[in-house]
Amino acid sequence: MTNMAEDLKAEAPFLGSSAPAAEDRRRTDRKRSPRERKKRTTDVVIYAVLAVLVVALMVPFIWMVSSSLKENNQVLTVPIQWIPSEFVWSNYTDIWTRIPMMGYLQNSLYLAVIITCLQVLTGSLAAYGFSKVRFPGRDVLFLAYIGTIAVPWQAYMVPQYIMMQNLGLTNSFNALILLQAFGAFGVFLMRQYYMTIPDELCEAARIDGLSEYGIWARVILPLSKPALASLALLTFVNTWNDYMGPFIYLTSNRLWTVQLGLRSFVGQFDAEYAMIMTGSVISVIPILAIFLLGQRYFIQGIATSGMKG
Amino acid sequence: MTTETVPSKVAPVLSRGNRKQARRNTLIGWTFILPNFLGFLAFTLIPVLAAFALSFMEWTSFTAPKWVGLANFQRMFASDSFWVALRNTVVYAIGHVPLTMALALLLAMLLNRKLKGIGFFRVAIFFPYITSLVAVAVVWNMLFSPDNGPINQFLHAIGIANAPGWTSSSDWALPAVIITSVWRDMGYYMVLYLAGLQAIPSELYEAAEVDGASAWQRFWNVTIPSLRPTTFFVVVMLTVSSFKVFDLIVVMTNGGPGRSTTVLSQLIYQEGIGEGKFGYSSAISLVLFLIVLTVTVLQFKIQQRRER
Repeated sequence: MTNMAEDLKAEAPFLGSSAPAAEDRRRTDRKRSPRERKKRTTDVVIYAVLAVLVVALMVPFIWMVSSSLKENNQVLTVPIQWIPSEFVWSNYTDIWTRIPMMGYLQNSLYLAVIITCLQVLTGSLAAYGFSKVRFPGRDVLFLAYIGTIAVPWQAYMVPQYIMMQNLGLTNSFNALILLQAFGAFGVFLMRQYYMTIPDELCEAARIDGLSEYGIWARVILPLSKPALASLALLTFVNTWNDYMGPFIYLTSNRLWTVQLGLRSFVGQFDAEYAMIMTGSVISVIPILAIFLLGQRYFIQGIATSGMKG
Repeated sequence: MTTETVPSKVAPVLSRGNRKQARRNTLIGWTFILPNFLGFLAFTLIPVLAAFALSFMEWTSFTAPKWVGLANFQRMFASDSFWVALRNTVVYAIGHVPLTMALALLLAMLLNRKLKGIGFFRVAIFFPYITSLVAVAVVWNMLFSPDNGPINQFLHAIGIANAPGWTSSSDWALPAVIITSVWRDMGYYMVLYLAGLQAIPSELYEAAEVDGASAWQRFWNVTIPSLRPTTFFVVVMLTVSSFKVFDLIVVMTNGGPGRSTTVLSQLIYQEGIGEGKFGYSSAISLVLFLIVLTVTVLQFKIQQRRER
């Protein structure tokens, strides 16, 4: 009983209080109310500033969606029509017959899913080796991994291409899968997280007779769900949005991803503004869905690793 | 069983059991790393090393590789397109890095407070970063449309009579790409700054306030120095990514008009994969790598000196 009361007292300063409010509490009572009023005014100002900022930053998206619902000749008008005079929903049904959009989406999805699964699996395994098992040469090897993250991909894309050409893998999904599934970045991100899991947990599991593979599967993996989610989301989005990889390796239309399909559509039908915007909206929707589902893992993944794939 | 599970670090004396244990550990460690390592070795490490060697070779898709020493570099330094691409890349970096950094920090400061619904604003500002690049490029291209594009309509509305031709003008195409890339990237770096800001202990601000520091002084003497590691990281990441820029340029302007937006990575692609001049393009890659390395090391040195 007393314990609980003490706990509550100890936690009270933090209960539901924001940082500025805690600051206020330290002031004397007399000063409090003008300050509070001032704080409220600042809040309103901040909200207003933020709202204006976000709307300004969102203009390209708003314009994209609005244009996708217009007739072609209404897209670039003076003055701009933000809300179409007539909603042309047929753009969203026509596009599927104008370009093989469905095929592009399937290709993107296929690549993104396979690459993500492989990245997460091999990355989390390797990260365990690098963080929880001690053996000679480990740290040098890890340094090589980190080192290659810093080398711009453009610097070695030509040898990679020659290699793939000799393996007969150009113009196939396999080339992209092999190139992107074993990224050093995944290993790095997972290791960063594993380092925060205390070694004592592994020791305890070892003493209980669990093998190293058992520890990885039954202790570490369940504990690293946030990191796994971060890596999976980052990889998925990067693969989905990748342009240069597919651009270099996928030459036949049948294999194109959404990015390539959209780009080629733009090149071929330069003036079909509305339709192009429709395609753009469709290419963004899967990312928006994934992002909204896992945005806190995204932010976490970026904030903890501070690196992109 | 217990002797078997004692890790080698606990007992420094190498008894036979320990040596056996160390060997076992090596084996176990490698089995974990191997699935990733094989792919990494074959498709990253070897190509990285090969790129170095290739830059000293004459090798095209039609001829056998031949060691030519510095010939590729001589040819490169004599080539006009190399200098144009290098210049464009540097201009892009000079525009992109400070702008993105300043805006990311500003946004992070604005968003680093506990307000209801602040999460929504953070997410909204982050979203451009993960949006498909082609969609971004295509939309901005239309926004930049010289005649009736929304941006020039806006500029006309605020009284600018001769608005720039943006992507159709060789003077304005690179700025247009820079604006687009800043818009896209600032959300990402905002997240990094936000993480940095949240790690600053509030006691520092309280102490400064007690000492009578103004908001500006607190920003200058508390926030900026505390963010130094984040800033270092942000600058390095931004510079590296600026020198690698490719996708956005290919989709927005494809290097044009003329050569006004051609960058190094595009040249590498054109020469190496487009025209099959493997050796020559690797020489350009090496230069790109050396620039990135130099910038990183330089920033690392500056960071270290400041810490002392």
